[in-house]
Amino acid sequence: MTNEQIKATIIKEILTVAPEIQKEEIQPNANIQRSLEIDSFDFLKILTALHKELGVEVPEADYAKVDTLDHMVNYFSQRL
Amino acid sequence: MSEFKMPSLGADMESAVLMEWRIKEGDTVTKGQVIAEVETSKGVIEIEVFEDGTVEKILVQEETECAVGTPLALIRSKSEEPEELPEKEFISSKIESSISQPKTDTPMQEPEQAAIKPTREEELPVQEESSSETRVKVSPAARKKAQEMGIDLSVLASRSEGAIQLKNLETSVAAKEKAPLLSGMRQAIAKAMSRSNTEIPHYYLSIPINMTPALTWLGELNAKRSIDKRILPAALLIRAVVRALEEVPELNGYWQNYNHLLSKSINPGIAIALRKGGLITPALLNTQEMSLDQTMQALDDLITRTRANKLRSSEMTQQTITITNLGDLGVERVYGVIYPPQVAIIGLGRITDSPWAENDALSVRKVMQATLAGDHRATDGRTGALFLDTLNQILQKPEELL
Repeated sequence: MTNEQIKATIIKEILTVAPEIQKEEIQPNANIQRSLEIDSFDFLKILTALHKELGVEVPEADYAKVDTLDHMVNYFSQRL
Repeated sequence: MSEFKMPSLGADMESAVLMEWRIKEGDTVTKGQVIAEVETSKGVIEIEVFEDGTVEKILVQEETECAVGTPLALIRSKSEEPEELPEKEFISSKIESSISQPKTDTPMQEPEQAAIKPTREEELPVQEESSSETRVKVSPAARKKAQEMGIDLSVLASRSEGAIQLKNLETSVAAKEKAPLLSGMRQAIAKAMSRSNTEIPHYYLSIPINMTPALTWLGELNAKRSIDKRILPAALLIRAVVRALEEVPELNGYWQNYNHLLSKSINPGIAIALRKGGLITPALLNTQEMSLDQTMQALDDLITRTRANKLRSSEMTQQTITITNLGDLGVERVYGVIYPPQVAIIGLGRITDSPWAENDALSVRKVMQATLAGDHRATDGRTGALFLDTLNQILQKPEELL
């Protein structure tokens, strides 16, 4: 899977959990939770959906490594 | 025979559109069964019946706009007596939407109905005309727009001939150009909070809670679980609040007609922010019966349905206390405004790394400020202090919250 494909998958899952968000609002280097008003429940839902899609489970200890879209892409690409 | 009326599903609701009947005449219904869907400013809500019985007659057709209190159907209760008891009539004249509901059950239905009624009458002069007799014809586009703009269609209908179209709304908006329109939800919050601040003498207390033991325990628990079984701190905190309320039940209930009523069910209203703006505090029902896992599942389900506009009428009306958690936004203390007729609101702030003195040593701990706003008519600061202290004690032994 290319980084572009991983990115597209992450964006798709964010938009599924929070349909009110416009795709353009998702900035690569902005904190996902703060910039998009994603609460801890939504964030867990996104990670659960990504686990199903990509087969990679993010432990709570690694949450700091998946705080932005770019960081998330890196995290998943290293583990796929 | 009792009338099943359009219930009030919050302080803002003046009318709603009956969208769909889930029952037909002759059907047997049981207390708590969802019998209809209505569309309000807060989205589509499933309406539950308050008694066991048989649907004698449906009085309102689908897609009809009805004012709160409009009879929607006639329900013959199971143990129907030929003559109505006088006492029952007295109750039914008092309670708008929940006729012949047993007094002991869900006392929270009453005060809200009773309290809201005067404002509603003031502001909805056309209430009589816009009840079930007159169907307000509105084009779908206009209904959607009106909802966005917070326009009361029943009022507009009395001034318009024929179906309401988008252009009617635009005229209506142009006329009010100088006064910005508030959404239905904003109006709801405005009314309830004004009433709260006018009527309720609040007292405020706060306590710092060392959350390190609870978060460490939760982290270890979650590390052993798959991602879809993880428990979030919010669920653990709600579970702890429920346990504390079992110890200090005075804060879980209502203030009504100079009476302090305690509720056996613990139905905390959970403040859920909507991304498009606005706030809903639907009830997490009967949390006293839930384990930690069940609390997490119920909370997840409630948040999902709140954001998807799939709440039930009982969840909109049966809150016994409110929990507001603004920690996500980084604030440390929340001094809440009580939602009447409740008597308390609990605020949970952000968990921060803070200096913590214990056993003559200074260290860094995860610290959360828990606050309580209490209704001083119903309880004293001592009760509130006892509650916060109990909450703190409970959170130091998180393993007992499973």
